[in-house]
Amino acid sequence: MKTVPLCLITVVTESILKERLIQVIQDCGSRGHTITNAEGEGCRHRRVGEILGDNIRLETIVSEEVADRILQVLSTDYFDRYAVIAYQSSVSVVRGEKYV
Amino acid sequence: MFDVLKINLCSPLTLAFALGVFARLVRSELSLPRDLYTSLSIYLLFALGLKGGVELSHSSLAAITWPALVTILIGCITPTTSYLVLRRLGRFSIADSAAIAAHYGSVSAVTFIAAQQFVTQAGSPAEGFMPTLLTLLEIPGIQIALAIGAFQMSRMPRQSEGDEPSSAKRSTKELLHELLTSRSMILLVGGLVIGASVGDSGWKAVQPVFEGLFKGLLTLFLLEMGLAAGARIGDLRHTGVFLLGFGIVMPLLHGSLGAYLGSLAGLSVGGCTVLATMAASASYIAAPPAVRMTLPEANPTYYLTAALAITFPFNLIFGIPIYYAISKAICL
Repeated sequence: MKTVPLCLITVVTESILKERLIQVIQDCGSRGHTITNAEGEGCRHRRVGEILGDNIRLETIVSEEVADRILQVLSTDYFDRYAVIAYQSSVSVVRGEKYV
Repeated sequence: MFDVLKINLCSPLTLAFALGVFARLVRSELSLPRDLYTSLSIYLLFALGLKGGVELSHSSLAAITWPALVTILIGCITPTTSYLVLRRLGRFSIADSAAIAAHYGSVSAVTFIAAQQFVTQAGSPAEGFMPTLLTLLEIPGIQIALAIGAFQMSRMPRQSEGDEPSSAKRSTKELLHELLTSRSMILLVGGLVIGASVGDSGWKAVQPVFEGLFKGLLTLFLLEMGLAAGARIGDLRHTGVFLLGFGIVMPLLHGSLGAYLGSLAGLSVGGCTVLATMAASASYIAAPPAVRMTLPEANPTYYLTAALAITFPFNLIFGIPIYYAISKAICL
């Protein structure tokens, strides 16, 4: 099967940021995403899930340039202020044209 | 005074809350599904709105004008005094002071319901239009405290070069939209409008669900609140003695102010008690998401612990009977 190398960006964050982060990744050029509920604990504070909602895991498959843009916005606007972790991994996908 | 305190301590609401706290303290595996918490809060807010709307249809505009005006006045005073006390006396940061002030400026719907139940049981029920006052008090407190925070922070020198982040910053319009279209506002205001339009005949059809089940489901909700508060008790170690004192003394001051202004507006003993409880309570449904989004610099441990683990239990157990005694002394 012919596959295309692309980047998978995964963002785990507070669910109250959902709408804003979807806007961010769309503005950066993402064409789709998947959101799932997430649970866990970070290095700073215990999460305040019972009132503020649980965490979400936002995933999007994008080109390297779009991935750079997303990580740039997250690091300048969100990392200091909210509970956010984000990472990039390499993936091989079929139908590469769907994502870029 | 001790008699009313005893009535309050032995009510299923207080005992369910205590059971929730106890379950957390002994590390029981008991937890209510998150969806049940959401469903119960939707039911309680909508029932509150509907019942209030039906009662509102019996009230005249003249009767509600002064109570509404003093409620808005309370909504302007409580966040300002809370901010000043936290910032000047407590030496909290601007963001933390504004965040906590937003919670104390807004109102807790569950404490409000508990106060209504209490005054009815004590034989002096509050005026029927009280839920309308609840909706009036919900928004301004949050807005004023967040505006003070934003204004004070804009006067501080920037820590790093460049402007505020673009995508993370929200405009006042966005914030107002979020508050006005929040779950609690839609359910309360929508319930009031529906209740007022259908009147007594329409209410009878839905009464078994929205009144018959109300107390039982409220008791279940209080169990969940006890679990949430119990989970925060450990955080009291991090919040310090000042916030503990603030969470008890500030409601007493705001409650006294509410009772006094309520009596000036011509409310009954029951009405004054409920208004005092509204002034004294701290929100934990509407305020936390608004604050988290607008003032991310503020530490959630401070504002959630103060509202949920200090002020809410204090008001539920001691506050409401105290505001009742104050109201009785002022009104008689």
